[in-house]
Amino acid sequence: MAKRTLSQQNLLSVGAIHLVLGLLSIVFLIPLVWMISTSFKTVEQASVFPPVWIPEPFMGGNYKEAWEYGKDQLGGIAPMLIYARNSLIVCILAVTGTVISNSIVAYSFARLKWPGRDLAFAITLATMMVPFPVLMVPLFGLFKDFGWVGTFRPLWIPAWFAGAFNIFLLRQFYRSIPMELSEAAKIDGCSEWGIYSKVILPLTKPALAVVALFSFMGTWNDFLAPLLYLQQQETWTLAIGLQAFRSQAGGAPIHLQMAASTMVVAPVIILFFFTQKQFIQGIATSGLKG
Amino acid sequence: MNKPGHLTNQTRAGLLFAAPWLIGFSVFLLFPLLKAFYNSFTEYTILTPPVWIGFENYADIIRDELFWKSLGNTFYYAFIAVPVSTVIAISLAMLLNTKVKGQAFYRTFFFLPALVPAVPLAILWLWLFNGEAGIINAIIEPIFGVRPNWLGDVNLAKNILIVMSAWGVGHAMVIYLAGLQQVPIALYEAADLDGASPLRKTFQITIPMLSPVIMFNVVMAIIGSFQVFTQPYIMFPGGAPERSTYFYSVYIYDAAFRDNRMGYASAMGWIMFLIILVLTLTAIKFMDKKVHYESN
Repeated sequence: MAKRTLSQQNLLSVGAIHLVLGLLSIVFLIPLVWMISTSFKTVEQASVFPPVWIPEPFMGGNYKEAWEYGKDQLGGIAPMLIYARNSLIVCILAVTGTVISNSIVAYSFARLKWPGRDLAFAITLATMMVPFPVLMVPLFGLFKDFGWVGTFRPLWIPAWFAGAFNIFLLRQFYRSIPMELSEAAKIDGCSEWGIYSKVILPLTKPALAVVALFSFMGTWNDFLAPLLYLQQQETWTLAIGLQAFRSQAGGAPIHLQMAASTMVVAPVIILFFFTQKQFIQGIATSGLKG
Repeated sequence: MNKPGHLTNQTRAGLLFAAPWLIGFSVFLLFPLLKAFYNSFTEYTILTPPVWIGFENYADIIRDELFWKSLGNTFYYAFIAVPVSTVIAISLAMLLNTKVKGQAFYRTFFFLPALVPAVPLAILWLWLFNGEAGIINAIIEPIFGVRPNWLGDVNLAKNILIVMSAWGVGHAMVIYLAGLQQVPIALYEAADLDGASPLRKTFQITIPMLSPVIMFNVVMAIIGSFQVFTQPYIMFPGGAPERSTYFYSVYIYDAAFRDNRMGYASAMGWIMFLIILVLTLTAIKFMDKKVHYESN
């Protein structure tokens, strides 16, 4: 008797948890569903009140229209194509640089001994407190002196010089690899570079994948830096292009805004679904080891 | 055994491996930080060289109503959005940690919004809160009989940004979920033997065990929200309505790149840096005293 009551209670609480989680899922998903729903509507249906959820008629052509919106300004080439190409170029260069530089630097902080290393690492961690707005003005001046304004260079070259967050993250992984491995390789006559590239690097691929993912997201999403440095429309990234799409010349109509937004969000979500495990583990590690 | 003046192999390798960051730190961080400090005592535009004016920028800032307005808005945002998001993130993590079937699906649903990049995020929420045809008012009107003008109301507009931040708690939720999974089950078993209620277990076991993680992430979140730029810049040009959504970072950007007052912007940047420094150090001090560590 007591046993049955207990399992009934259990069933009830499991049901209640599912109910709460289910309702919350709806709340969290409504905005995204609404974005996609609007992106398939006609312009009239997009702004009726009360709103309709299922587009009628179903306007798949909105995506083509959004993709090509304003192509006359760019000599007939679809602006979204150019923005996407620019975003990809910047992302590839920045992600490559971030992975290579942070991997090498974190190796030094985690597995090599040199005087001042721990102090340098403490200072490195402290740089996470420096807000970008304080650096923004002098950096703009510096890149202007380099002749980089108007090019992609300010957006990816700094990525080749490592950064506190990724050094910190990778150092955790490197330290978890037994030192005996390095010592054995050294006895075999490996140089430090050999130990790094042949012994340690292959073991840290999962961690590097996480760094690459975060770096891609950060670069793909970045708005302020491209806003500062890219003036010509041909050089805009998706973030800048999408903002112009909404604000310039009265702005594109809302159903096209939603179609364009969906196209910018989609690659990130697709990437997430393919790399979910590394992604979730990477986030968990970055927030726990503090 | 090394000759004095000669670096050991390890030292040489260590410095070489660290070289990219040592250069990057000097060129892209330390130099601009110090330059901003010097420039904060000068007046200059992007075309004219800096002219020394002493503390004038700082004196002007203290008398600048817009500075106080933007600082107030930023504090309001940081100190409401971060606690609200943290409570939501921990609650979701605890719900997920009950290990019901389909946990992975729920986790994915809650996490998806955190993936939306800032620009589409801003555009989407402008549409959701649209006073005429937005979905928020379609839910509000049948219940409350009103259609608030969210984007144009001085008291409502900046709260939209807080709702957006709460929607994007996925990152924090994943971190707290991982933290919860590290809490030793033995603690809960012992509490069960003592007949502790779920509420009591939450506040006497879960939260204290999670406190180092909470502290670290809250500090990082406050640093981040102090710099919020993209969403207000896109959604509320000029901080409309009536500067109620004018944020500190946006003011620095406007001062430097719209008004061409580089010295003034540098001084504001340094004040922001100092505020973040004080907040962080206070948090660390507090953390040392109050936060529970496993070794205790």
